[in-house]
Amino acid sequence: MSAEFDITETLDVKGASCPMPVVKAKSAIDELSEGEVLEVLATDPGSMSDIDGWASGTEGVELVDQEEGDDVFKHYVRKTE
Amino acid sequence: MSTDTPDAPADDAPSRAELAARVDELEDALAEATSDDDGKKMSIIATKGTLDMAYPPLILASTAAAFGYDVTVFHTFWGLDILHEERSKNLKLSSVGNPNMPVPNAVAALPGMDRVTTKMMEKKIADNDTATIEELLETSLDMGVEFQACQMTIDLMGYDEADFYDGVTTGVGAATALQDMADADIQLLV
Repeated sequence: MSAEFDITETLDVKGASCPMPVVKAKSAIDELSEGEVLEVLATDPGSMSDIDGWASGTEGVELVDQEEGDDVFKHYVRKTE
Repeated sequence: MSTDTPDAPADDAPSRAELAARVDELEDALAEATSDDDGKKMSIIATKGTLDMAYPPLILASTAAAFGYDVTVFHTFWGLDILHEERSKNLKLSSVGNPNMPVPNAVAALPGMDRVTTKMMEKKIADNDTATIEELLETSLDMGVEFQACQMTIDLMGYDEADFYDGVTTGVGAATALQDMADADIQLLV
């Protein structure tokens, strides 16, 4: 786990393709409280651009970090309001 | 101090009560206008019912809902089949008219070929873990997307209101769609 933030919840969308990683991330973040961080594990290469685009275009969420691991793309999104 | 108003307004000037009422009215209008601007809106018109063309409106609708958009999808003509509970599970891919298909048009036009290309596409969808039309529709409904079925084409196609998924709005027409488009930040015809 990265040092600067705590992960509150992990969403596993490995195998799912567009638009599901974003759609499921939205539903998962709705369950969190302000300041909490959602970890999204995806295998869809498009999720790197899509989660970034979603987080910057959506009120109340911010992208904290993204990592390209071994076959898995990790995204960290904070709920800001 | 006297509460009289010696310089009483002339006949055509509004009274204090009238002014107060007018202020209330304006405040209400302002509140309404401000709250309207709160959320972004997207309006999609879905007119196609082939398997490939059913995807774009549903993918965009569910994604826009994830962005917090207020989304309306107005389904008309073959687009109605996407909302039709039974027919949505059997949407077909046309094998003719698409030069990207692996079979020449002359072969593609043979009886049964649409079934072959549809099966081929369905297999690709399953192998790739791409969401099914039903899945996307249910997800979008859960996310608050409003799906509208055009009343004129329901009648034209001989469909029944009960044929559609729960939560689908019926009894709407072009004026409703136009109103949604006029209010929307994004309008798409698919």
